[in-house]
Amino acid sequence: MQLALSEEQEMLRTMARDFLSDKLPKTAVKEIEESEAGYSPELWKEMAGLGWMGLAFPEKYGGSDMSFLDLAILLEEMGRACLPGPYFSSVVLSGFTILDIGSEEQKAEYLPQIASGEKIFTLALTEPSASYEADGIETKAVAEGDNYIISGTKLFVPDANVADFMLVVAKTDKGFSLFIVDAKSEGVSHTVLKTIAEDKLCEVVFDKVKVPKDNILGEPDKGWDEVEKIIQRGAVAKCCEMVGCIQQALDMTVEYAKDRKQYGRPIGSFQVIQHYCADMAIDVEGTRLAAYKVAWMLSEGLPCTQEVAIAKAWAGEACQRVMALAHQIHGAIGVTIDHDLQYYTRRAKAAEVSFGDASFYREVVAKEMGL
Amino acid sequence: MDFRLSEEQEKFRQEIRDFLEGEIKQGLWEPKCDAWIMAHDPEFTKRVAQKGWIGLTWPKEYNGQGRSYIDRLILTEEMLRYGAPAACHWFADRQIGGAIVHYGTDEQKKELLPMILRGEAYVGLGMSEPDAGSDLASLKTKATEDGEEFIIDGQKTWTSGGSHMNWIYLVARTDPEAPKHKGISEFFFRTDLPGVNVVPIVDITGEAHFNEVFFENVHIPKTSLIGERNKGFYQILNQLDYERSGMERLMANYPLFEALIKYVKETKRKGQPLSKDPLVRAKLAQLKIELEIGRLHMYRVAMVMDEGRAPNWESSMSKAYGTAFEQRLAGAAIEIIGLYGQLSPESKWAPMHGMAYHSYLSSKGYSLQAGSSEVLKNILALRKLELPSQ
Repeated sequence: MQLALSEEQEMLRTMARDFLSDKLPKTAVKEIEESEAGYSPELWKEMAGLGWMGLAFPEKYGGSDMSFLDLAILLEEMGRACLPGPYFSSVVLSGFTILDIGSEEQKAEYLPQIASGEKIFTLALTEPSASYEADGIETKAVAEGDNYIISGTKLFVPDANVADFMLVVAKTDKGFSLFIVDAKSEGVSHTVLKTIAEDKLCEVVFDKVKVPKDNILGEPDKGWDEVEKIIQRGAVAKCCEMVGCIQQALDMTVEYAKDRKQYGRPIGSFQVIQHYCADMAIDVEGTRLAAYKVAWMLSEGLPCTQEVAIAKAWAGEACQRVMALAHQIHGAIGVTIDHDLQYYTRRAKAAEVSFGDASFYREVVAKEMGL
Repeated sequence: MDFRLSEEQEKFRQEIRDFLEGEIKQGLWEPKCDAWIMAHDPEFTKRVAQKGWIGLTWPKEYNGQGRSYIDRLILTEEMLRYGAPAACHWFADRQIGGAIVHYGTDEQKKELLPMILRGEAYVGLGMSEPDAGSDLASLKTKATEDGEEFIIDGQKTWTSGGSHMNWIYLVARTDPEAPKHKGISEFFFRTDLPGVNVVPIVDITGEAHFNEVFFENVHIPKTSLIGERNKGFYQILNQLDYERSGMERLMANYPLFEALIKYVKETKRKGQPLSKDPLVRAKLAQLKIELEIGRLHMYRVAMVMDEGRAPNWESSMSKAYGTAFEQRLAGAAIEIIGLYGQLSPESKWAPMHGMAYHSYLSSKGYSLQAGSSEVLKNILALRKLELPSQ
């Protein structure tokens, strides 16, 4: 048992942090958030050039053959930098799914496109039920000749506004199936939702969308097992982003507490502020340990239902405690729109409810405990 | 990065479990909360010693096993899981042996370490005084040099295991003229000397595991001095890191947690097991989540020690976290049991042998002993986060 990162992993972290602090000052984050696309095509190309999209995919699909644990480091840095855009959708939600259950042809066709950044993928899973459980899915796919016809409404679909392809989860004859759907298909329409994290979550309507049978991903009717894996990977990846998010909030808060003077001394010299910061640090470290443990377990292919539930339930609530204290210590300046803290506040809240909140995972843990 | 235990470590865990389960089956003792600090069983300690499980991490040259702190964490984790009566040797194994290895003379090592390894030294920790708690350097107990001896005068308090101890590790003032941090030394000596008087303090659980210890003209040989004279305060800071480092700061009430899970499965309310109540499920799952986060903190601390560093801010963090968890566990246990939760162990109606009652009251002291949570957060703020002291 050991917690140290390898030399390559440390290099990856340094490289990612340097790149993102150089290319993504908060002025750029703001500009991207306010743009219609919600991502910067130039930055996207540069990230692809650094090999980030294909980091954890096999070399034969244009990847770098690194692990999910390596990806965790990158995700932490993205969380720290508040990177907007479809990285999570394309790589974590879609790329890994294709890698996991795609046919050889599908992998050979789509993964290099994801790895090169040439095409953007996303996942269309959740619906107006806002549930990550099977009974929340009503979108149907009905077989008709060589095609399926997909009808239904998906909600909270990330980056559908820029996606070239969507992995769509739909009810089929005897279960659930996943489909690779060309986002330009006739009958697909989207509306961008205005959200707390200013990310591009969309409503996507599928109105009798014709999808060739060849575009089924994995076995027909047996897709829900993979959906659970997607949610699990999403939760782990989200935890990693959250570590970066609250670590940066803590770092900013400590710096502020050292600089800000009241009563003739830095406020960080007051014990109440020191203890707030200590409480934040305890939460950040707990979140990091749990997030890296599950990232490691995923990397190793170990079963980790309970561990992921623990990590995400913990991270969701720890983030809220950390951000509450970060704001309290920053005082009024922290609630201004021009201060950087708000980027983290908004993202931490969205992350809490994405891929299962604490209540959802507490029930998972309860079941795992045999209750 | 690797969160996996080695095959030997998994085997070691199983060996400990088999041993402890065997002991319980033979009826040698019953699992109890707080047993690591409250349950003194010299025979159990001797059997543990015979297994070679005292001094696990000490260097082989002193007849330790030279094993890792992760190994020791596995050992203590299992002792706590089974609520084993390990109080006789816990302090000596955790920190005193290590202090002697680090600061003792060759003669002291030869004399004292084998005694600890045999499970014959029941050590009390003589640190706090009525006017020296968090501010330990204000201590007043004196050690005055007199020929080949020191003479000890003063009073210690909150001395855990005081009524069972046969040795004490004492911090005392050796230079009253020096600034308060610079005139303190450490001593280790037998407590069956004339002038040592132990008075138990009954705590809010009704038990007396800590004590006042009075020293009146107690003559100890000069060879009782551990380490450098007047450097005791700096030596003890390091020892405190170890004192705070262990799984006993998270799992002292593990038997309660297990019993509680069993209780909610077996107890019916409104015609269905309590375990089906969504609020009960959520509460217990949250405790499990917090316990597992705590275990990660504890394993990290052991890894730091295995790297050869004293776990300074890391053990401050893990202890502050762990003791707060245990307080929540005990509180939640009473809430889940409801009216029955308030019954003392003596009541025939008390579920789970009144464990919840005991743990709830006992846990109030956890965030005070071995460094209050406030002191620990000061350490985190100043040493990890480098916030200014003024």
